[in-house]
Amino acid sequence: MSVIQARSLVKSYGDLNAVDGIDFDVAAGESFGLLGPNGAGKSTTMRMIGGTSLRTSGTLSVLGMDPETHGPEVRANLGVIPQQDNLDTELRVRDNLITYGRYFGLPRSYLQRRADDLLEFAQLTDKAGEKVDNLSGGMKRRLTIARGLINEPRILLLDEPTTGLDPQARHILWDRLFRLKEEGVTLVVTTHFMDEAEQLCDRLVVMDRGRIVAEGSPAQLIRQYCTREVLEVRFGSERNAAVVQQLGDVAERLEVLPDRILLYTDDGEAALERVTSLGLQPLTSLVRRSSLEDVFLRLTGRSLID
Amino acid sequence: MTVLSGLYAGNVRAVLERGFKVIGTQNWAILVSGFFEPVFYLLAMGFGLGGLVGQVTGPNGTPMTYVAFIAPALLATSAMNGAIYDSTWNVFFKMRFGRLYEAMLSTSLGPLDVAAGEIAMALFRGLLYACGFLGVMAVLGIATSWWALAMVPVALLIALGFAAVGMAVTSWFTSFQQMELINIVLLPMFMFSSTLFPIDVYPQAVQWFIQALPLWHGVELMRQLSIGAFGPMTAVHLAYFGVMSVLGVAFCTVRLRALFLR
Ligand SMILES: Nc1ncnc2c1ncn2[C@@H]1O[C@H](COP(=O)(O)OP(=O)(O)O)[C@@H](O)[C@H]1O
Ligand SMILES: [Mg+2]
Repeated sequence: MSVIQARSLVKSYGDLNAVDGIDFDVAAGESFGLLGPNGAGKSTTMRMIGGTSLRTSGTLSVLGMDPETHGPEVRANLGVIPQQDNLDTELRVRDNLITYGRYFGLPRSYLQRRADDLLEFAQLTDKAGEKVDNLSGGMKRRLTIARGLINEPRILLLDEPTTGLDPQARHILWDRLFRLKEEGVTLVVTTHFMDEAEQLCDRLVVMDRGRIVAEGSPAQLIRQYCTREVLEVRFGSERNAAVVQQLGDVAERLEVLPDRILLYTDDGEAALERVTSLGLQPLTSLVRRSSLEDVFLRLTGRSLID
Repeated sequence: MTVLSGLYAGNVRAVLERGFKVIGTQNWAILVSGFFEPVFYLLAMGFGLGGLVGQVTGPNGTPMTYVAFIAPALLATSAMNGAIYDSTWNVFFKMRFGRLYEAMLSTSLGPLDVAAGEIAMALFRGLLYACGFLGVMAVLGIATSWWALAMVPVALLIALGFAAVGMAVTSWFTSFQQMELINIVLLPMFMFSSTLFPIDVYPQAVQWFIQALPLWHGVELMRQLSIGAFGPMTAVHLAYFGVMSVLGVAFCTVRLRALFLR
């Protein structure tokens, strides 16, 4: 059963189609990802799901309702974590949770307990009386997520949950999100990090310039669009272009980036031997497994992070 | 209901609770400074300039001291200023930079809950200023009729009219330059609306123009209330603000989607 259903969804700003006719379904309990570079239309899609941005055309159903005409009812079941934290800086940490809960019309006695539980969950119990501005980036992010959980949402919308966080803070956050997933919360995650998509998403769509260019589980996408392994070789920026001609038969497919050449093959070491047997000596070489980054490069001819 | 569908959740109260919580914790300095501004005007102009001017003619030909003449006008102006500030600059700023509304609107609140809550907070500020200013007038002995107490609810009515129209107008503005237009309109309106001198110093055509502006009606109404001297125009003044409030609120409701949902 799908909890979100989008059909031919379009959002235009003037001449620009920020979202340009996308279709997708999100099943209850799954962890669904929107992967794409900056400007792909991920945040715009998220805002339309929450009913805070009005679509230009197409249909959208969230928990069986149209978020545009039933905004309050739809959002009563959503937890929204926006790309940029929008905590209430005029209120203290714990009051941020309680006041936000009041916006859902929840009773104060319930919110007192719930706020304490969520502070615990977000590992912020000792910051309860702190000013929001005094929290670190990771703490603010966790508080924003805790706030999004105040109404025990059925669907959690996470817009770039870990952008701007250091590696340790990201891992703490991922751990918290796994727990929610185990509890059966449906997660919708946007990201431009392929490792995050691989970590968090059961299934994802790859977005570019407002359109969906591929869909599947991370493993499926890699299988469908890439070889098992990638050989990365560098010859120095001037020579890269020159040697490309000679590498034609070494791998199934190659991509030339400004600083390196990517050779797609099921056996990277064997490909490296073929390169050296041609008499070419790369300055550096690296064999790795294919990732969603490679899928994106294949689909769009561009890198995910510029 | 189509105009309101998805816009209202019947939970204005939560927006007010948030406003009072913030006022209660940190906003006292700002709140108090807004109160003193008209008081300083009253003292400086009323007593300073008043010494030179002497007596002026008030409603129904009643002679008044200059201080008593401008005090009700300043009350009307401060109700207007408080309401305009909250409903235009504050709304604009919170919407574009503070992102408070974005957070509120990702809950089950609708834009109408948020707008009504913000207008109500503007009125609360107006209420505080009006009561405080009336207290000052009483202490100075320039509120001479029990009718002066009615200046408080009338200040709220004036504030409502300006707040609703102000918020509706803000829905069209996207830049600071456009927002400056508000000041460009308000300052001359304050200077000319018979606030600091009687309207009959102007040629007839100018008088008609001034009489079409809302502040003039507010000022005249307050002045009549301050001494309990009414006439047929009293009803016109009241009706002006009644209509302005109803139109403003209706306008605001229609513009809410544009204001909050982009
Ligand atoms: N309010 C807006 N007004 C005009 N253009 C916008 C607005 N919001 C987003 N856009 C444009 O729409 C496109 C998609 O933006 P967004 O959904 O934020 O992308 P993403 O989240 O994938 O980075 C971008 O080109 C962006 O500049
Ligand atoms: Mg985004």
